Amino acid sequence: MTARIPKFPGTELGSKEFYEGKVTQVRSRPDAQYDFSAGEAISRFLEELQKGKLIARTCTGCARILFPPRMFCEECYRPTDEWRYIRDTGTIETYSISYIDQDAKRITEPILVGVVSLDGASPKMGMMHYFREMTKDEIRIGLRVKAVWKPPEERKGSVLDIRYFRPLKEGEA
Amino acid sequence: MRKVGVIGAGMTLFRRRLQDTPKELCYEASKMALDSAGLTLADVNMVVSGSAPDAFDGVHMKGEYYADGCGAYGRPYMRVFTGGGTGVFSTIAGWWHVASGLADVVLVVNEEKMSPCQPHAQSVFGHIWDPILDRPLKPNLVWIFAMEMNRYMTVHHVKKEDIALVAVKNKRNAVGHPCAQLADPNITVEDVLNSEIMAWPVNRLDISPPSDGASAVVLASEDVIRKRKVQDKAWVSGVGWCIDSTMWTDRDLVFPEYVARAAKMAYKQARIDTPRRQIDFAEPYDPFDYKELHHMEGLLLAKKGEAPILTKEGVTQRDGDLPTCPSGGLLGVGNPIAATMGIKIGELFWQLTGQAGKRQIPHEVRTGVAQAWGDLMQYGAVVVMRA
Ligand SMILES: [Zn+2]
Repeated sequence: MTARIPKFPGTELGSKEFYEGKVTQVRSRPDAQYDFSAGEAISRFLEELQKGKLIARTCTGCARILFPPRMFCEECYRPTDEWRYIRDTGTIETYSISYIDQDAKRITEPILVGVVSLDGASPKMGMMHYFREMTKDEIRIGLRVKAVWKPPEERKGSVLDIRYFRPLKEGEA
Repeated sequence: MRKVGVIGAGMTLFRRRLQDTPKELCYEASKMALDSAGLTLADVNMVVSGSAPDAFDGVHMKGEYYADGCGAYGRPYMRVFTGGGTGVFSTIAGWWHVASGLADVVLVVNEEKMSPCQPHAQSVFGHIWDPILDRPLKPNLVWIFAMEMNRYMTVHHVKKEDIALVAVKNKRNAVGHPCAQLADPNITVEDVLNSEIMAWPVNRLDISPPSDGASAVVLASEDVIRKRKVQDKAWVSGVGWCIDSTMWTDRDLVFPEYVARAAKMAYKQARIDTPRRQIDFAEPYDPFDYKELHHMEGLLLAKKGEAPILTKEGVTQRDGDLPTCPSGGLLGVGNPIAATMGIKIGELFWQLTGQAGKRQIPHEVRTGVAQAWGDLMQYGAVVVMRA
């Protein structure tokens, strides 16, 4: 190549030409809508969320408590054994302070989001969620947190039945 | 297994928006690769293509749609897809076609057009997440990198300015690349640190851009290479690939174990037992600056937490002891996902055959490694090549 090729193929378009329709183009929008069934393990997980509880599955093969729950253990490749409630407290494993939304649009009030490993599940097993009641300067990896639930009548069987995780207060279990 | 060599490579410009269609881009990259190998399409037995999710180009089953541009018509053809890992994985698929004896000459073509997706390719990345556990939280894909980068920084006590050195190095390296989208000879660490915060700790200049582009390589058996007395060749001496669990919230993100496993598989085949000594240069996947460091450690080219130190000491500069992303990488040349093959496998070929022009590593290099990474931080593809 690259030393031997005088000119590389490809014709660049500027965003002005593109958005002002100065080049030939065709526009279309797919009309796709999906309904996802949650499956055996996650259906129970969602039902329990509606009750304000977090549930895992145990595997006697590897002696792990698997969260989020699944009906088979991906490590032992065998069926998991029992349902087991875990706690709604945990530890921040990692986080981000996001100034962009889902579509990469800019937002002024940042979203604190990250992974919480939950007490009662095997080490490092957790879920992604929001963090609030703490500032971007207070949040840190290793911070102990607790779920803040929606009132029971507002819960729908969704990860959003937990509104967010807040710092665990002193003396709180 | 038969010995396989790369004997030609081609690529288009990488740009935010190209007028050319996917088929046209595939044609241009393929033609360049064939011309450089001194072959015509009639010499090609089979064709492999690689591309990321259909939703970027906006054509469902795009591998079939752009196949004509790949010269696939009337031939055994397949498309492979392993997320961002496709950038290196499609070469592995091409390799097994030849190594197995099924084909003597294989054309591998990778394509990506991210510009059709409006208003931003991010909207499509949203569909990578688990629909029930993750998507209700309205995630942006940058979050995943931000969370992984934070974990890496915190566990190993790495400063953001040390990570920014990677973006600076790669965007400067890209100045020598004729296809580069974001080359910048004057960029500084301060520029990276002062660029807009997207999702802390990720700033805008920590990220590679979405791009349009295509690339191609020609693979041939040792027989063909000897018979035709091919001068410009680089042997594929080891390949490896590995996937981790989709349960990404159940893993410690500090180390890419799946990359290490893919690397060990490739190194075993290439008879490499001390990678840091036996590998002369590397093209790890660098969609974010911290990923180059993370991947150097996954590739066992640095101890855990050591990659930022090597970078700071200048070891990974083009004239250093372990030049890393001499192409300019995704950060400097651009990130048309699967088409980054041109700056990973392509760069290995051009460096090993002394054709890299302004980017040529000033000292002799005989062994290089390329790596790509994809999906929910879970896929690693590794290729070792030798002069
Ligand atoms: Zn198990």
